[in-house]
Amino acid sequence: MDSLSELLHEAKAQGHTLGQMAVLYEAESSFCTPETAIKQMMIHLDTMEAAIDKGLDTPLPSVSGQSGGDAQRLSRQNPRLLGTMAHQAMVYALATMEVNASMGRIVAAPTAGSCGIVPGVLFAVARSGDYTREQMVQALFAAAAVGQVIGQNATLSGAQGGCQAECGSAAAMAAAAVVELVGGSPDAALEASAMALKNTLGLACDPVAGLVEIPCIKRNALCALLSLGAAEMALAGITSAIPVDEVIGAMDSVGRSLPAELKETAGGGLAQTPRGRHIARSLYGEPKE
Amino acid sequence: MRTHKHLSVFDVVGPAMIGPSSSHTAGAARLANLARRLLQGPPRRARFTLYGSLASTYRGHGTDLALTAGSLGLAPDDERLRHAASLAKEAELAVEIVSEPRPEGLIHPNLVRIELFNAQDAVNVMGASLGGGKVEIYELDGFPVRLLGDEYTLVIHSQDRVGVLTSVTNLISEADANIGNMAVSRMRRGKSVIMCIELDAPLPECALEKLRAQPDIKKLTVVEGLRGGVG
Repeated sequence: MDSLSELLHEAKAQGHTLGQMAVLYEAESSFCTPETAIKQMMIHLDTMEAAIDKGLDTPLPSVSGQSGGDAQRLSRQNPRLLGTMAHQAMVYALATMEVNASMGRIVAAPTAGSCGIVPGVLFAVARSGDYTREQMVQALFAAAAVGQVIGQNATLSGAQGGCQAECGSAAAMAAAAVVELVGGSPDAALEASAMALKNTLGLACDPVAGLVEIPCIKRNALCALLSLGAAEMALAGITSAIPVDEVIGAMDSVGRSLPAELKETAGGGLAQTPRGRHIARSLYGEPKE
Repeated sequence: MRTHKHLSVFDVVGPAMIGPSSSHTAGAARLANLARRLLQGPPRRARFTLYGSLASTYRGHGTDLALTAGSLGLAPDDERLRHAASLAKEAELAVEIVSEPRPEGLIHPNLVRIELFNAQDAVNVMGASLGGGKVEIYELDGFPVRLLGDEYTLVIHSQDRVGVLTSVTNLISEADANIGNMAVSRMRRGKSVIMCIELDAPLPECALEKLRAQPDIKKLTVVEGLRGGVG
């Protein structure tokens, strides 16, 4: 898959969804059958759900002791401002990220630091309606198609492109996934991806003490909201003025322009605030440069 | 990070792993697991020397636990990883962590040297955690290599002599096995070489016996593949 416009063209020509295209691509490039690829994705879906449940039922503090318990806190509160689905998406994203921070088992999507967004959004939407596991797996393949092209043409690594490459990519992936899940067209799915990714351009990767906790956990929850918003706009027929492949190109170039301090080095941004430095000192006993 | 000519959809959704960090936790576990497969038996002593970012933030990422778990043979998605310290005690594995946050001439920001020892053997590797749980070993027992550990791989220590390579590849093709990737490296001409040969499928035991019987082959290590995504 060289570009998303090419993928879209092929999908339309063959009457396939993005998810179906990704299944075929994977079978061909990894020398496996489509059934094998689908079975593997089903295992990932189960692992994602287990992480959500674990984060809500038996929350553990993180290894550093800096986070934990927020998923449960938010889930116990009846939403006063958000709709149920958006509230659930945030709860599930927090739960997954808290499991990650406590050395639990997660599925990288596309990375561990952004692992809450795709399952958060997907399970919130799927549990709101009558969706089968097979449909959810197809939605994950649609997400993977988008992430695959971003990885190939730009980057999915915070160390290379900042948080826009991790949480931004995850938001773009999740947006495409849920548009396809609720029956939106492949066009709409990619418009949603473009709009989600556009809204994270320039996002710094500035983890306090270098850990995947502050601001990563809450940022996953808020990127889940962003994803739902982008999907909603795309389903209403709103399109991105900049085509999705060009947005991916822009993300890559913004990533290259970001200084090293804002690319997973804990050398700038929130990591270098007085409180951020204080937390780092309390963990490591010396200031991090 | 190296560019992949082919990115699987399971590199993007997946792999399953133990957090919090794909590079500092899951990658560390995978590197140590690969070192353990190279040792071919339970280690009694392990020394991990952490460089750069791994050295400065390993406590909060559980990198030490991940390395310990990997050298005990645990996979990067094994939930027992967080209990690695007590598992090491049970397995009578002594672990030493050395931290070098600011070494000279760092070739990668997330670098670790792993030394595993038991009564029979020792393994010394230098590897990097590349992100997303992917790893690469750059150095094995002093030889420059490129070992990923995803696929079934033969690691052969042999004498550097004319025709050794041909006899090895002939024996592999006689067993009807396809070579997916191969690299040969040596320290000094005429001394010893290390061959790393990735195969599409495991070699049958009889073919391995024939390889071991070659007079120039000093050591043959079969490294079972540990896939990150599929399987």
